[in-house]
Amino acid sequence: MFRTEEMDINMGPQHPSTHGVLRLKLTLDGEEVAEMRPVIGYLHRGVEKLCEHRTYPMIEPLTDRLDYVAAISENLGYCGAVEKLMGLVVPPRAQYIRVILAELQRIASHLLWLGTHALDLGAMTVFFYTFREREMILDLFEAFCGARLTYNSMRIGGLYEDVPGGWTDRVRQFIDIFPSREKEYEDLLTVNRIWLGRTRGVGILKPEDAVALGASGPTLRGSGVDYDVRRAQPYSSYEQFEFDVPVGRNGDTYDRYIVRMEEMRQSCRIVRQALDKLPEGEVRAKVPKYIKPPTGEVYHVVESPRGEQGFYIVHKSGEMPYRMRFRSPSFVNLQALPLMCKGLLIADIVAVIGSIDIVLGDVDR
Amino acid sequence: MDQTVLIQSILIPAAQILLILMVLPLLIAYLQLVERKVLGFMQVRLAPRRVGWHGLLQPIADAVKLLIKEDTIPEKSDRFLFTLAPIVTVIPALTALAVIPFASESFTLFGYTVRPFITDINIALVFLLSISSLGIYGIILGGWASNSKYSLLGALRSSAQMISYEVPLGFAVVGVMMLTGTASMVGIVNAQKEAGVWYVLPQILGFFCYFIAAVAETNRVPFDLPEAEAELVAGFHTEYSGMKFALFFLAEYTNMIVVSSIATILFFGGWLRPFPNVSGLDFLENGWLVLGPLVAGAFLGWLVDQRLGGGLRLMFAGGIAGTALGVLIARSDVMGLASWHMPAVSGMFWFSLKVSFFLFLYIWFRGTYPRYRYDQLMALGWKWLIPLSILNVIGTGLAIVIAG
Repeated sequence: MFRTEEMDINMGPQHPSTHGVLRLKLTLDGEEVAEMRPVIGYLHRGVEKLCEHRTYPMIEPLTDRLDYVAAISENLGYCGAVEKLMGLVVPPRAQYIRVILAELQRIASHLLWLGTHALDLGAMTVFFYTFREREMILDLFEAFCGARLTYNSMRIGGLYEDVPGGWTDRVRQFIDIFPSREKEYEDLLTVNRIWLGRTRGVGILKPEDAVALGASGPTLRGSGVDYDVRRAQPYSSYEQFEFDVPVGRNGDTYDRYIVRMEEMRQSCRIVRQALDKLPEGEVRAKVPKYIKPPTGEVYHVVESPRGEQGFYIVHKSGEMPYRMRFRSPSFVNLQALPLMCKGLLIADIVAVIGSIDIVLGDVDR
Repeated sequence: MDQTVLIQSILIPAAQILLILMVLPLLIAYLQLVERKVLGFMQVRLAPRRVGWHGLLQPIADAVKLLIKEDTIPEKSDRFLFTLAPIVTVIPALTALAVIPFASESFTLFGYTVRPFITDINIALVFLLSISSLGIYGIILGGWASNSKYSLLGALRSSAQMISYEVPLGFAVVGVMMLTGTASMVGIVNAQKEAGVWYVLPQILGFFCYFIAAVAETNRVPFDLPEAEAELVAGFHTEYSGMKFALFFLAEYTNMIVVSSIATILFFGGWLRPFPNVSGLDFLENGWLVLGPLVAGAFLGWLVDQRLGGGLRLMFAGGIAGTALGVLIARSDVMGLASWHMPAVSGMFWFSLKVSFFLFLYIWFRGTYPRYRYDQLMALGWKWLIPLSILNVIGTGLAIVIAG
């Protein structure tokens, strides 16, 4: 007469905390997750194929729409790949400004992550605080390039224009006040007993699993693997800056949280150094009007806020790439989700999804 | 039956019930506005401002919207239970208000004696505990009848949570009953007047357990798992819309008011002013004479502060000046304001002030805390609150025996 059965639940693609159109097929045993299968592809636009029919400068706006939360990192990676293919040397001033932009973007992206992650766990106020600061960064980007989300901020060989007058002072103002604002979030979360209870020991990813699955970025470093592309394969003169790479110990949701919080501080540090050492000069190398790279293949990686963002270009002839492939960190990190969620409660899934910080535009491309 | 008795015992309570039923929804609508305003202040944003001056008509607009919204019933739901559920939830919540006294002294209206509460029964506390448990039926019926998995999960969570927290809630109030020897609400407050102390001091542990259990009982942050929007979309009322949803909403906020009222009556002296036995503070009977200038002074100071930019110094200064002025008016009766005095009104003033404080705490929690997880919630209830509240009962018993 009495029997229990497992319940299938469809979480997403329209669900408030799957951060976009991720769909999870859950098999629940009461509140416990017996099985989870992520279903992706709801945001697939075929960007890689589209790239084969566009000239190199026309591709950059498409990269904005991959990881739309951190578009500048994508721009930086793409431009870097083409420059590598062409053997261009970007002027130092442009390199430094690129670093400033990329690190501000990392802070903005992490702020969005923190706000939504906390919102998923029920702490709604943090969301408004982080958006207050993210707004300031977006204002800086708007002053630089006129856009607030899809920037198309760089050009192959450097930047379209130098930064506007007074911009560096505004950036300096921001990084001066940001640490105190970050302390506000930490006061609300880091030592909060409920927050600790919700994140500690939840969604543990062992270092060997993280490496085997190809995880990168804070998801990898939260598990204690000390690997950061900015330091391992420096690009855009990252080797000239001093910064620490924070790593976690247990690989749980809390460690990934702590790693990202520390990364924001380190980004501030890098921006400050870049502002102090900002060289004068040109912001764009001599680039031919029609970009026709030599025949060949190139792979270039950058550390995006989500992890290792790679661009693989095969060029045969003409102005368009023959083949294009993006290695998107969200897609790879998402593979770790079923492993981390096994045996957790349904409420923990939300915490774990938040902690790997996926962007569906990046997963599906 | 004598006409006077008829009016006295039937018509007046009926009128009071009608009054509460009419005023309460409005009150709750504005409580919602206050909640949004306070949250807005905590979250550096503006909160409603479009409808009316500073959004003062927003609750009316919301109510109208809920009234004219399409009332959908999911196709595969159990239509009868689906309709019944909100009613089952809201009736016990409203019934609980019947035994809440807002003040004690009766007053005369058109020659009839009116008491500032509907009824005072000698088992009021037990009645409240039992009637508040009935609300669970509505939630579990609603969750089940919706025929939606999210609703069902929310309803299961909700019933498990409410049943678990009934226990510490019940134990927490036992201490007060032991001290007073009565379960009548009026009796409990009068006992506090005689004792000359609010029971929050001797029953600090009991109050602690009571308030945590009460927040959990009303499904509010940080115990709002049944409607955890990040996990379960909206919990048991996912499929509800229009007035049916509004009834659930009404029940939740009524429950908040009820548990805050119980906390006020049991632990904070109900309608008594602070230090009810110190005659030097008699001017506090006209509490609004002090509080009005205080709030006005602080508000004016705050306005000037905003103009000057930064700091809250003038707000505090204005508050202190306002208090001094208020005490002067109330004590020396400068404008003859203090000589008008009515115990029932004074009682209601202090009562609503204390209840507002608890309601503010609810909102404050909502602005601060993340949400507990299901198993952590159960662990907190069974491993901490129940032992602590039992300990409180034992401690109170021992203290009574030792003190004789």
